[in-house]
Amino acid sequence: MGAFPLTRLLDRSSAVFLILLAAFAMVIPTLNLLVPASSDLHVSTYLVALFGKYICYAMLALSIDLIWGYAGILSLGHGAFFAIGGYAMGMYLMRQIGTRGVYANPILPDFMVFLNWHELPVYWYGFNYFAYAALMIFLAPGLLAFVFGWFAFRSRVTGVYLSIITQAMTFALMLGFFRNNFGFGGNNGLTDFKDILGLNVQAEKTRNVLLVASCLALTICFLICRAVVTSKFGKVLVAIRDAEARTRFLGYRVEAYKLFVFTLSACMAGVAGALYVPQVGIINPSEFAPGNSIEAVIWVAVGGRGTLTGAVLGAFVVNYAKTFFTTGWLAPYWLFVLGGLFIAVTLLLPRGIIGTYEWWRARRVEKQSIPIAAEAPHAAE
Amino acid sequence: MQLKTTSAMLYLDGVSVSFDGFKALNQLSFVIEPGEMRAIIGPNGAGKTTMMDVITGKTRPDDGDVYFEQGAYDLSKLDETEIAELGIGRKFQKPTVFDMHTVEDNLLLALKNDHSVRATLFWEDSSAQQDRINQILDIIQLGSARARVAGSLSHGQKQWLEIGMLLAQEPKLLLVDEPAAGMTDAETMQTAELLKEINRDKTVIVVEHDMAFVRELGVKVTCLHEGSVLAEGSIDQVSTDERVVEVYLGR
Repeated sequence: MGAFPLTRLLDRSSAVFLILLAAFAMVIPTLNLLVPASSDLHVSTYLVALFGKYICYAMLALSIDLIWGYAGILSLGHGAFFAIGGYAMGMYLMRQIGTRGVYANPILPDFMVFLNWHELPVYWYGFNYFAYAALMIFLAPGLLAFVFGWFAFRSRVTGVYLSIITQAMTFALMLGFFRNNFGFGGNNGLTDFKDILGLNVQAEKTRNVLLVASCLALTICFLICRAVVTSKFGKVLVAIRDAEARTRFLGYRVEAYKLFVFTLSACMAGVAGALYVPQVGIINPSEFAPGNSIEAVIWVAVGGRGTLTGAVLGAFVVNYAKTFFTTGWLAPYWLFVLGGLFIAVTLLLPRGIIGTYEWWRARRVEKQSIPIAAEAPHAAE
Repeated sequence: MQLKTTSAMLYLDGVSVSFDGFKALNQLSFVIEPGEMRAIIGPNGAGKTTMMDVITGKTRPDDGDVYFEQGAYDLSKLDETEIAELGIGRKFQKPTVFDMHTVEDNLLLALKNDHSVRATLFWEDSSAQQDRINQILDIIQLGSARARVAGSLSHGQKQWLEIGMLLAQEPKLLLVDEPAAGMTDAETMQTAELLKEINRDKTVIVVEHDMAFVRELGVKVTCLHEGSVLAEGSIDQVSTDERVVEVYLGR
């Protein structure tokens, strides 16, 4: 089938990115498992888990770039879809604990026993099966995004108003998940995980498997995003971003386009959250905090919106900076650094890192082709 | 389903729209026959843009009837997308093209074909589409600029690109809002020729301030004032009408 030619999916920067990602997925586990700890080249298990976390953040950033960079939908509540995917995975991991919990109840997770519950709530049914949990990782955030988007886009809520209601959505969910009677472990969330698919989540090997799985998921999400943005659908998205009314008057059903891409993006954010949870070992309501969602938007802004690779780079750069600044004596200043970074990028680098690079390259190509363009009319006459 | 018996392409009867008590359209009535070209003039605030908004579904009338295609469709019950699909194209006053897309992609997006999400996700280029795009590029004389991003075009070129996008839409009725605004005299005359060319097989409504341009078109003129029709007839009749001179042309 010629529907998805490889050349359409992979431009130069996409190919470079995928090669780097594949190399990363191979080199890090090798340096962790095969190189002895005494060697300078050894990568500690702590770093493996840290990198795995970054990859999940990169996936979240990618999902935000798809809607913000291409369709102009600025969601300041995407952390909610990430957290819901995380909770779906957390529920599976809780059910895997079985009798190894503090209260040794074969069915009920510890927090339910503690709350004196005698039965598993209906919405926890099925989460002992990985396949069911894996389905929910897509379905739960996707369904929420679909219902939310249905109302918001049909009512033509756009711009800053949409951003505000996405903030309200994640904030409301945070308050809900904080409550014990919601049945998701209240403010402690879900933790003390033991196994994932029969592997010990704490084990060195599992950490490497999760890192590779995250890289694989990022690759798939990236290819899906490329397929979407390089199709005619992607051109319509950009058209909606730049001139929504014009697009409507051309006969495109704008709300259907927004709804599709918003739901797709939420599913990706959900997968990112699901892979994040076993690597950090906990999911709690603070993942819904509005600040988290805003931080994820900053990653995209720093890397360059509307570039896909920029979102990934931005997630890595900002989170590495965060890790660096929040350990040691610099810790109190992190929020100043983050705020400063956002101002600096907005003022000095409005296209972000990759966006600026691509702009610079396009200008260079244009400059080189000017003499040819100037010749052209004479040749034609 | 015949809602109304009329031979008109577009039929407006007693259409009223008010915004916070201000009557933008006040019992506006007129008909456009199939194949006609009509120029609409009037002072600022006469309701010209609101009239276009009502016809294209952007604004719903408070009162009155708006029928399309011999009364087959009631436009007051449809939204922008549905009306565009029926075959009404609109050019905005300020040229509105997709600045980040190339000239070619602008036309591609405007082409009349399946605009559903599924169709665009699995869309494939075809030579028929390319031929149509090339044809339109010839008409609007932007063939040499096909690979340029629309944002880099001059004002006049953007106006033409937008007219080209309307052509790609293959509408039955075109609404053109001030096509000559900001153009040089030569460009204005070329635009008039272009519209006459388009009028050969399409019905056209042109809203315009430039009287020289309207004269060049040489078609029936409707003058709006305070949301209703003040005068209608040939350019000579309308421009000598005492009330038109008073409210619009000036003595």
